[in-house]
Amino acid sequence: MTPSDAARGAAMIRTRGLAKTYRTRRRTVEAVRGVSFDVSAGEIVGFLGPNGAGKTTTLQMLTTLAEPTAGEATVAGHDLRADPVGVRRSIGYVAQGGSAGSDARVGEELEFQARFYGLPDDVARERTALLLGQLELGDLGSREVKTLSGGQRRRLDIALGLVHGPSLVFLDEPTTGLDPQSRSNMWGHIAGLRNDFGTTVFITTHYLEEADALCDRILVIDDGRIVAEGTPDALKSQVSGDLVSVTVAGDPRAAIVIAGRCAAGAPVEATDHTVSFRVPQGERVVVDLLRQLDAAGIELDGLAVQRPTLDDVFLTLTGRSLRDDSTPNHTKDEAA
Amino acid sequence: MTTPKTATAASPTTATASTITFRAAAEPARPSMVRDTVLVFRRALRLSLRNPVWTVMGLAQPLLYLFFFGPLLTKLTNVPGFPPGNPWQIFVPAIMVMLGLFGAAFVGFGLVSEWRDGVIDRMRVTPMSRFALLAGRVLRDVVVLTSQAVLLVLAGLAMGLRAPVGGIVVGIALVAVMGATMSATSYAVALILKSEDALAPLLNGVLLPVMLLSGIMLPISRGFAPDWLYDVSRINPMSYVVEGARAAFLSNFDGHQFWVGLGVAAALAALGVGWATRTFTRQSS
Repeated sequence: MTPSDAARGAAMIRTRGLAKTYRTRRRTVEAVRGVSFDVSAGEIVGFLGPNGAGKTTTLQMLTTLAEPTAGEATVAGHDLRADPVGVRRSIGYVAQGGSAGSDARVGEELEFQARFYGLPDDVARERTALLLGQLELGDLGSREVKTLSGGQRRRLDIALGLVHGPSLVFLDEPTTGLDPQSRSNMWGHIAGLRNDFGTTVFITTHYLEEADALCDRILVIDDGRIVAEGTPDALKSQVSGDLVSVTVAGDPRAAIVIAGRCAAGAPVEATDHTVSFRVPQGERVVVDLLRQLDAAGIELDGLAVQRPTLDDVFLTLTGRSLRDDSTPNHTKDEAA
Repeated sequence: MTTPKTATAASPTTATASTITFRAAAEPARPSMVRDTVLVFRRALRLSLRNPVWTVMGLAQPLLYLFFFGPLLTKLTNVPGFPPGNPWQIFVPAIMVMLGLFGAAFVGFGLVSEWRDGVIDRMRVTPMSRFALLAGRVLRDVVVLTSQAVLLVLAGLAMGLRAPVGGIVVGIALVAVMGATMSATSYAVALILKSEDALAPLLNGVLLPVMLLSGIMLPISRGFAPDWLYDVSRINPMSYVVEGARAAFLSNFDGHQFWVGLGVAAALAALGVGWATRTFTRQSS
């Protein structure tokens, strides 16, 4: 499915000015400051932002765990305030910190979860067996949850969110804490949800590569506000060009002059022995750059051409990197 | 890594193990508070039965009091002001109230653990009645408490308790009502505090004076206790519940003590369960 296909689908999530403010005796924390967005049926939409940006609070509002202080939303066709039970019946939710009881047995926990949604006993058992197999938990049904590995436990969390076959699934940082292989496997499972069953997936993450690999569309949230929205490619195209950087062995001044000629007017930055600039289609410039540096007798220690990343997008939009934790004080409070 | 964004036309029967496919859910049953309560109760009871050692350990304290403190009371029956009747008819119902007080009041620790595991939020996102999330757990606690009370009575019989069966049954029922109050209140406090470190000192700080001023260990009756202590104990609603349980074990349903005890227990239950229900039902977390 492409985003244009998704756009033709019915709206699964629609928010207008949704906001959440926490008030304590000492301070007021504006965790989410009026977000408005739409998610169509069948889309995988990433909600990207640093820790404390308001991702989890937004998710808690959309899953009826937290009451909005302003704004409105419909989720799976149900009004968030007027019909919260209708919302709950239609969605699956996989929380950030897990959701299975440590002392419970894997299979029992899944069966009970299915019954919580009103499924008859035989259907609950059938779906439990199916999900255990498909999430590679087949042999673990009788094991206590506390004996599972991190990856197994996360897959169980996913199964608990899917056991009733929801049309919309909220995944809050589903791969946090997983090793690279488990993360990659989890991406396959999440993609399969949409590709094979048409489930709409709303996923929060602060892993850029995860958003890039999985999502049709990305909403970037910072400081409680949506600061950008679009496909990963469209967002990256907002950053002007590839980053070309050369590291020279000696004095960089001559290299700066040559880089300035190749950059066609773009600003050139120099840090110690590294000179860099951004140009569209960097691979075309780099040949000429190398030739000129060689002609000038400048010895190179390194050369790199980097495509823009979602982190570059975030840096351009907010002046901060997604990878650092320099969140504003009030959002740190919220994260705490 | 494959390209997850690429859609495939895999059918449910041909999907690989790395994809999730299942047929659409059967039409779910209509939500029912009773059905939801039973479901939560079954899950909670199953977890309790898996670790029966904790249920048995919960009996240790009242049994120790029964074996090592109860015999002292047999020497006090002739002291002026000591309530009439077999001393075990005085002590066993009071120890049952203590069991209900301490056994049920500490169930909040389990809820904090479940909250930390994410179980509470997971259940709150299901369409289940939020009252059922509380009621199912309280029901489990009442069942466990009642079983413990029966074992306690059996131990009391071995120690010399003699009381009418009807009175014992009514006494146990009274303690079950009080246990429901304590259990519901403990869950609500736990859901608000969300911290074992805060819950432990709070419970100990409240329960110890409540126990001492309820006349569980020794009856705080006029003539037996100093007047000022008697007057202070009248402020403590638990003292009326203890007197009510004692009256039940004596089959003394003509006097006011049983009915006042029952009334106080019912009023506390209405307050405790009502407040806990509101706490569980609140939408904001």
